[in-house]
Amino acid sequence: MLTDLIGTLAGAVLVGVFGILVALFLMGVDRIVTARMQARIGPPLSQPLTDLRKLFSKENVVPANAIPWLFNMAPVVALASAITILLYIPVGGFPPVLSDGGDLILVMYLLTLPALALVVGGFSSGSPYATVGAQREMVTMIAYEFPLAVVIIAIAWKLAVSGIPLPFLLASVQANPVWGLVGPLGIIGVLILFFVLIIVTPAELSRIPFDTPEAETELAGGVLVEYSGKNLALFTLTQGVKTVVMASLVVALFIPYRLSALLPAPVIMQPVLDLLSYLVLVVLVAFVAVSLIRVSMARFRINQVVSMYWMYISIIGIAGMILIMVDHILGVV
Amino acid sequence: MKLTKSFNRSLWVFHLNTGSCNGCEIEIVATITPHYDPERFGIKLVGSPKHADVLLVTGPVTKMMAPKVRRVYEQVPDPKLVMCIGSCGQSGGVFYDSYNLDGPIDQVIPVDVYVPGCPPRPEAIIYGVVKAWEKLERLEAAQ
Repeated sequence: MLTDLIGTLAGAVLVGVFGILVALFLMGVDRIVTARMQARIGPPLSQPLTDLRKLFSKENVVPANAIPWLFNMAPVVALASAITILLYIPVGGFPPVLSDGGDLILVMYLLTLPALALVVGGFSSGSPYATVGAQREMVTMIAYEFPLAVVIIAIAWKLAVSGIPLPFLLASVQANPVWGLVGPLGIIGVLILFFVLIIVTPAELSRIPFDTPEAETELAGGVLVEYSGKNLALFTLTQGVKTVVMASLVVALFIPYRLSALLPAPVIMQPVLDLLSYLVLVVLVAFVAVSLIRVSMARFRINQVVSMYWMYISIIGIAGMILIMVDHILGVV
Repeated sequence: MKLTKSFNRSLWVFHLNTGSCNGCEIEIVATITPHYDPERFGIKLVGSPKHADVLLVTGPVTKMMAPKVRRVYEQVPDPKLVMCIGSCGQSGGVFYDSYNLDGPIDQVIPVDVYVPGCPPRPEAIIYGVVKAWEKLERLEAAQ
């Protein structure tokens, strides 16, 4: 019992450190790739780390009409909850640390926590810009939640009807790639769901084109407008860790493949191969979902974000789900 | 507040117009285009003075703007740097002797680096940043 607890704690610390390192790496890659796509040279890979170190060395300003304890607590809660999600998701090719404690439903609920912390921080800043930003963040959150739920439920349903026990458990999703369970019609359905999750990712991370809550040019930084120094650093880090979370979730749901299964390798080398394949897949997903979309699009208005997710993306997602269901019924008949 | 090497390599810039004719603004925007790409050195524009390390001030500071300039300067968290872009901020430029000026800028807030020109070329602004680095390194060595 006690050794279990110590093991879990050690795992949590390891995953936390690993998550932050991968987050810094992804942020650096994102900035370089973005720069190259804009015909620039771009900052060095270590730029996010430099930014964080600078922010930690700066003064932490708490505005006069803010609520100080909420204002200072929000970034800590945001980062802590982002790292907590990592404990439930397979990271680095290893099974999740808290694998027997939670499943996809829990991950879906936990995904709202960093955003909620951001909203609380925004409202407690006592600035009109931050208030508008926080309201937009809430609206965005409500908007993308439904397509996200459609994707997760469709996949879990397919696993359930294929006779896999505990279909919501991430370990079983990872062990049974959904592509292998469906027929040709279902493949199209899964592709559509994959697309939907990729579109949900930038909104989850509030990146362009869905960065309406932060909108530097119109809201002067939105929810983050009053944050500086250490608190801003924690929020920046949260953003990075959330990128890792979403990329890992996409990898676990749709591309749960590992090199060690394909290549015959000695047992000692297998974790290294798994880690390598995980990193490559995560960078690929982050490249498509964050960098590519960010460079090629401008910002949506908040009403466009809502109508896009509630109407178009939801309909597309439900169509994907229906295709998988039809495929299953045809396959059974 | 301590100055570090990370600070020099990650200068976030907030741009403040105190009554400029927009000539300097156009040159500042030209400076952040891909042709000059200041993000190579970690320099980026931010939307809030709370996020900023460098206050880029243009214009001769009109009477109405002077209290706002002071307020924005106080909002930038320490350590901070003020760069004055354009001749207006140094002497009033073409607005010299106007009844409506509280400036030049160094009469309102302390300035670290002056970039002359009407408007200064992007190369001049980048040279101003280099001068700012030199000053920061001197201060860093002194502390």
